[in-house]
Amino acid sequence: MQIYLPIAEISVNAVLLFGLGGIVGLLSGMFGVGGGFLITPLLFFIGVPPTVAVATGANQVVASSVSGVLAHIRRRTVDFRMGWVLLAGGLVGSALGIWVFNILSELGQIDLTVQLSYVLFLGLVGLLMFQESMRAILRARQPARTITRRHQHLLVHRLPLKIKFRASGLYISVIPPVLVGMLVGVLAAVMGVGGGFIMVPAMIYLLGMPTKVVVGTSLFQIIFVTAFSTLMHAVTNQSVDMMLALLLILGGVVGAQFGTQVGARLKAEQLRILLALLVLGVCGLLALGLLLKPDDLYSVVTEGRA
Amino acid sequence: MIRALALLLLLAALPARAEEVVAGLSQNRIAITTSFSGSEILVFGAVKRDTPAPEGPLQVIITLQGPLVAATVWRKDRVAGIWVNADSVEVDKAPSFYAVATTAPLREVLSETEDLRHAVSIPRAIRAVGTGVEDAGVFTEALIRIRTGEGAYLLDEGGVEIAEETLFRARFVMPANLTEGGYRTRILLTRGGKVIDSHETMVDVRKVGLERWLFALSREQPLIYGLLSLVLAVVAGWAASAAFRYLRG
Repeated sequence: MQIYLPIAEISVNAVLLFGLGGIVGLLSGMFGVGGGFLITPLLFFIGVPPTVAVATGANQVVASSVSGVLAHIRRRTVDFRMGWVLLAGGLVGSALGIWVFNILSELGQIDLTVQLSYVLFLGLVGLLMFQESMRAILRARQPARTITRRHQHLLVHRLPLKIKFRASGLYISVIPPVLVGMLVGVLAAVMGVGGGFIMVPAMIYLLGMPTKVVVGTSLFQIIFVTAFSTLMHAVTNQSVDMMLALLLILGGVVGAQFGTQVGARLKAEQLRILLALLVLGVCGLLALGLLLKPDDLYSVVTEGRA
Repeated sequence: MIRALALLLLLAALPARAEEVVAGLSQNRIAITTSFSGSEILVFGAVKRDTPAPEGPLQVIITLQGPLVAATVWRKDRVAGIWVNADSVEVDKAPSFYAVATTAPLREVLSETEDLRHAVSIPRAIRAVGTGVEDAGVFTEALIRIRTGEGAYLLDEGGVEIAEETLFRARFVMPANLTEGGYRTRILLTRGGKVIDSHETMVDVRKVGLERWLFALSREQPLIYGLLSLVLAVVAGWAASAAFRYLRG
């Protein structure tokens, strides 16, 4: 069944889009990530113009994050105070990101920037996660040897403007969370992602938050950051395709619920290793695209009506 | 000056007006609905004559041209080991869709000068502005190659069927990725490479219904459109969560 997308101005197979949304939803349900880092490159691949893919990807992440955060609120695993602090940074970062995005679009380098950021961040996060989960698996096999320190003193404890984050059990400076929020905001706008795949490791390793509140809190602030970038893209570039978003959301919602069930049957370390491999795989494919000589050196970008 | 030239042209064409084209289209509007997946247009017609047909074969060229849109053609180059967009040429007017159908190979049907005057062949239908890039011609060639690959540019030599030097018809397949606007349909009669008569009509391609509404809203009320997209996302997210909670418990 073909569907004509009013903003992208292309006709695509609705079942294919539903399927794409479903696969991404499945993974996001399994791993607790928004899935934007998968959906945006997949949309490029099926011929959706980059500007539309980025803006619509952000819109789709809003839906999956709302769905996820509701479950976390019921389980009381959202640190709202941390969420607001991250959000304050996130909104500034998002506005900055939209501005960067528009400049790069005019220079014709938006595809490159998006791809480079994907390769860089996916590679970094994938490697970190892979290393960490391998270590966790090895540790599980030799239980007696390691003693983990309960309370680590990181850089975040030495900066000024300290605040109590009760749900996370932290007493740290607000500067690092604001900076983390800003970085993720920029990425959300430029790459069309929620930034969960960066936010989650940053919260655990940089801020020292307990793992149980990390996913819920990350999702909570991602809703607002991606909503803000969706709105900004809609106003400045008019590139949000509601029809495309709707199809992806429908698929994603169904997939996410199945993903949660699959995820429940796997061990946490196995899940993290699988996610790490997936992230590294996407990263590798994108890197190849940049390094290999393209089949066609030329590309056409259409602008406004003459 | 231009008027004088036009008059001269008209005078030159006058004796040949003994043959005139009468034509019709299977449809003069195409509605892009949600389920739009391409369309087909049949162009047909006849040649009206007052006197017996002159010597030499009568040829017919039919063109179908989408709205003119500005485009930038980028060329990648290797910088620091990765492939980046390096040079670009701006094509100020390139039709979003362009199809030419003829009764015989284009060069036999139309002379070079007539092609230049009527802008019939694909390279002639594109206008590029001069830029700093030396080999600008390569860029327009690339544009044609890419658009031809996408099915947006099409040269169908022998695509026009003609019977008894009088009745002709051609079928155009238009892809699903159509741009909105007026599609100019031209029918040219030629003899010995010269255009002896021509006829022009428009096909109106328009988004309708939901497509029209969404597109117009996104352009005229972008803020409301953006908010609506968010409401849609939030409601979908909430509904999914609620529905599955209901299913489980």
